[in-house]
Amino acid sequence: MAGAAPRVEARRNASVGTRAGRAMLIFISIAFLALLLLAPLGAVLAQALAKGVAAYLESFRDPDTLAAIRLTLLTAAIVVPVNTIFGICAAWAIANFEFRGKSLLITLIDLPFAVSPVIAGLVLVMLFGAHGWFGQWLQARDIAIIFTVTGIVLATIFVTFPYVARELIPLMQQQGSEEEEAAITLGASAWVTFLRVTLPKIRWGLLYGMILCNARAMGEFGAVSVVSGHIRGMTTTMPLQVEILYNEYNFVAAFAVASLLALLAIVTLVIKTLVEWRADRRTG
Amino acid sequence: MGNHWFRQPSILPGFGLTLGFTVFFLSGIVLLPLAALVLKTASLSGSEFLAILTDPRAMASYRLSFGAAMVAAVINAVFGFIVAWSLVRYDFPGRRLVDALIDLPFALPTAVSGIALATVFSPNGWLGLKLAAAGVQVAYTRLGVVVALILIGLPFVVRSVQPALVEAQRDLEEAAESLGAGPFTIFRRIILPAVFPALLTGFTLALARGIGEYGSVVFISGNLPLKTEITPLLIVIKLEQFDYQGAAALGFIMLVMSFVMLFAINLVQAWGRRRHTQAGR
Repeated sequence: MAGAAPRVEARRNASVGTRAGRAMLIFISIAFLALLLLAPLGAVLAQALAKGVAAYLESFRDPDTLAAIRLTLLTAAIVVPVNTIFGICAAWAIANFEFRGKSLLITLIDLPFAVSPVIAGLVLVMLFGAHGWFGQWLQARDIAIIFTVTGIVLATIFVTFPYVARELIPLMQQQGSEEEEAAITLGASAWVTFLRVTLPKIRWGLLYGMILCNARAMGEFGAVSVVSGHIRGMTTTMPLQVEILYNEYNFVAAFAVASLLALLAIVTLVIKTLVEWRADRRTG
Repeated sequence: MGNHWFRQPSILPGFGLTLGFTVFFLSGIVLLPLAALVLKTASLSGSEFLAILTDPRAMASYRLSFGAAMVAAVINAVFGFIVAWSLVRYDFPGRRLVDALIDLPFALPTAVSGIALATVFSPNGWLGLKLAAAGVQVAYTRLGVVVALILIGLPFVVRSVQPALVEAQRDLEEAAESLGAGPFTIFRRIILPAVFPALLTGFTLALARGIGEYGSVVFISGNLPLKTEITPLLIVIKLEQFDYQGAAALGFIMLVMSFVMLFAINLVQAWGRRRHTQAGR
């Protein structure tokens, strides 16, 4: 994921080029973004409300849709804490210590970003599916992973794996570990040092990583689609429910569920902007 | 402890615990499943493997996945640069809002982008209607795949180029201008060389993401075999038909492609850093 937005306000508009050229470039930018970003967002809202507010609200009375919303919340409630704990551990080890193979470790942590979501689902099928490496062993013990909630959670952990670690590693590397060293030297325990010294330093970066992780966890489609089996009311998350409703030409309901996911995206962007704005004021 | 070959000494605690957990979790969640895919593919004979990979339907899907991702990344490199330039160099009403909006494709679930684009560009949608009048059909064609990948890849280019434009040395541009250089000369000789590594990084990231993209594409592409079927979709279809070997072989090729792209991204970034230090500041 790309870094935070640049933070230079000085000398805007003092750039080369004519006034007309400037207006043209700004116009191209805004037109491009409006076509690409705002039109689809507007379409979601327009389609969801195409038959009125009552029909929109009626969409949320469908038990399968409610089950999908519950499953999405459950998945995020498991995945975000797990990847947060992992991210903190990885960042602690990588930022505070020098050891061999560190850059390889960082590359491997980034790997899920480079892999297609479909591959993320596929590898779990190859591992736990009926013909997978553990398939026979699991079947003998009556444990099912593929086409169950467990599979959905595992696939989601895979695709959101780097988010928290990715935010924390550069942040903690940049902050250095002098304060932690001072705390330990003065006799603080490891746990107290983490809670009282490290956590306050990294809390905004941590929050940022967690909301990005949450947005992807709730919105993941490809990986979850492969392992879910699409059992209505059982293993469909919100994005999968959107697909089912859309393919049934139930557009109001499909876009109603999509509007909740779009709202999630907008809330995520607002929190992200606030966090960046805070970080700006602290450094600037 | 005391293993100085492996790590430098530190008074901070928790190295064994945190690194141990990191490696354990990484292995269990990421590496073991990836290894399962590689092993599954290795169980195929060479001729079986080649037959799956060179099947006409598979070949058509690579061409579409790679070709559309390439076209989308090129378009994003151009428009992403213009957007980044406008955001960094100019002030205009709503600039901060536009800046925040750039990350929308990161935050918006791909299935939502997919159905929204399909609706907007369908022959009776807002934009589709106007384009249809001009004889262009976007939804359910290859062009639709390109549009979806432009949406998905845009933030990668903008967010890569923005910091480079902030850092670019304005005094050089001003010096060139005062010496009589026109805007195009300044762009070609001063601005482009300064931001080129960042632009190439953004381009490669967008390309890598586009090759593997699934959710936003499947709704708008129409999914016709040999025509508008991307490789990730072909994998899903093979899985649904219980053709695990076929899915594994295609998945393996995509995984290799991901590694190649990851390697390319690292190379581009290392090259950018080297150029940056050689510029001597």
